[in-house]
Amino acid sequence: MLRREIPIFLAVMVGWFMVGEFFFPWAEPGGTEVQQMAVIITAAGVILGVANVIRINLLKVSRRQKDWQYSIFLLVGLIVMGFLGTVLPIVHAAVKGGAWTLGSLNLVGITDGTVFDRLYNRIYVPLSATMYGLLAFYIASAAFRAFRVRSTEAALLAAAAIIVMIGRVPLGEKIWDGIPLLTDWIMNVPQLAAKRAILIGAALGGIATGLKILLGIERNFLGSD
Amino acid sequence: MSLTQRIEALDRRWIFLLMLFSMSFPLIVHIRLPVRTSPEARGFYESIEALHAGDVVYLASDYDPGGKAELEPMLLAVLDHLFRKDVKIVGATLWPAGSPLLERAYKTVAPKYNKTYGVDYVHLGFKEGKENVMVQLGKSIREVFPVDYYGTKLDSLPLMHSGFNGNPIDKLGDTKLLVNISIGYPGTKEWVQQVRGRFQMKMISGCAAVSAPEYFPYVQSGQLSGLLGGLAGAAEYEQLIGRPGWGVTGMAAQSLSHVTIVLLILVGNFVYFWNRRKGAARS
Repeated sequence: MLRREIPIFLAVMVGWFMVGEFFFPWAEPGGTEVQQMAVIITAAGVILGVANVIRINLLKVSRRQKDWQYSIFLLVGLIVMGFLGTVLPIVHAAVKGGAWTLGSLNLVGITDGTVFDRLYNRIYVPLSATMYGLLAFYIASAAFRAFRVRSTEAALLAAAAIIVMIGRVPLGEKIWDGIPLLTDWIMNVPQLAAKRAILIGAALGGIATGLKILLGIERNFLGSD
Repeated sequence: MSLTQRIEALDRRWIFLLMLFSMSFPLIVHIRLPVRTSPEARGFYESIEALHAGDVVYLASDYDPGGKAELEPMLLAVLDHLFRKDVKIVGATLWPAGSPLLERAYKTVAPKYNKTYGVDYVHLGFKEGKENVMVQLGKSIREVFPVDYYGTKLDSLPLMHSGFNGNPIDKLGDTKLLVNISIGYPGTKEWVQQVRGRFQMKMISGCAAVSAPEYFPYVQSGQLSGLLGGLAGAAEYEQLIGRPGWGVTGMAAQSLSHVTIVLLILVGNFVYFWNRRKGAARS
């Protein structure tokens, strides 16, 4: 029973405390403490996450599961960057050593001129930007092969998409100077109305869920165990 | 197999090749197209233009290398504009891989205006905690970031003592403007929800093109004083500050690739329905 009741009690208490902090100035220092605790817990959660990633990928490699080779790259990257960015600076500070270098690069730290920075800028940045850039190619392929105007709704979507895509770039104005105005209208009237409706709906849903948590009714956040 | 059937069954590598050409050709031959500025981009520009020399802004650079192509031109232009106006910057990120990008942007623009670290700008680095960190920054920057990106104590940085009337800068409210460059979560939406109203901050945002429609309601309600959406937003802003950069250069590539995608949609649909109609007529 305590596995459910204690977390619910904590959630309700902290929830009401944060609401109170908003309305009563005397509760603010306490609220600040709770928020600092939340920042620390979130940071600790990252350690837990990293440990979990290592465990899952080690298991994948040891069991030779599908695409296990990729896990080796992930683990090597994680360990090398974690070691350079976190472990080595702590060790360096503890032994109070001089400059630890690898060629012209500093081994310790994450700032400019360090091995960590070089690996980040020369490997992680181009790979990550490439992954994002590949989207353009897949969008083009999907536009040609999968975007079919089979209904009125699809026709409206296609028309709006074409106008906005052309109107948002300078070439649109060259084709017809009314396209940017039409684009602005789509963005500021129908798009905005729909977006606002979604935002208000989501906010009302958030308030209702928050209220249910504050009253101890909502228990889904505890999971199914 | 008829021509339309062959087009419908086109190997997607040809489409990839077409996209590669449409994106790279304008960059290779340096095509530059005039950029029309939107009211949202003008709002962004005017918010920074209204600042005075010596004012301090908080720069939340919330993106990682995935968003570099879209957002770095924007960040560089913002830094250029702020440094040109002699506005001081306190910058940080809530994205784990975001710090080196902000650092590189500072290192690119600051020397151009002879700006000194710690006096004209500060890099606080990264802090995990998302919305909690945002709210905490509204109460005390030092509590969240006792040291900066380099491990230097904030109290030893002259900029952190140059708030209104010589008071130290210790919370977001001690800065004049919140500038957020964001690619997703945590980003503009969370800054608006957690900080904008609660701490009465004036705020502007530069975001990925795909996120911009989501933030339009915040512009219309006045919660955002300006908005730059994607590379097009960066190009508009570069035009406004009179410093054409990668945003303006990239617009020609984006123009041609958008036109290519539109043509692919039209051709794809034409051949699809043409082939179905012919198939139906035969049967």
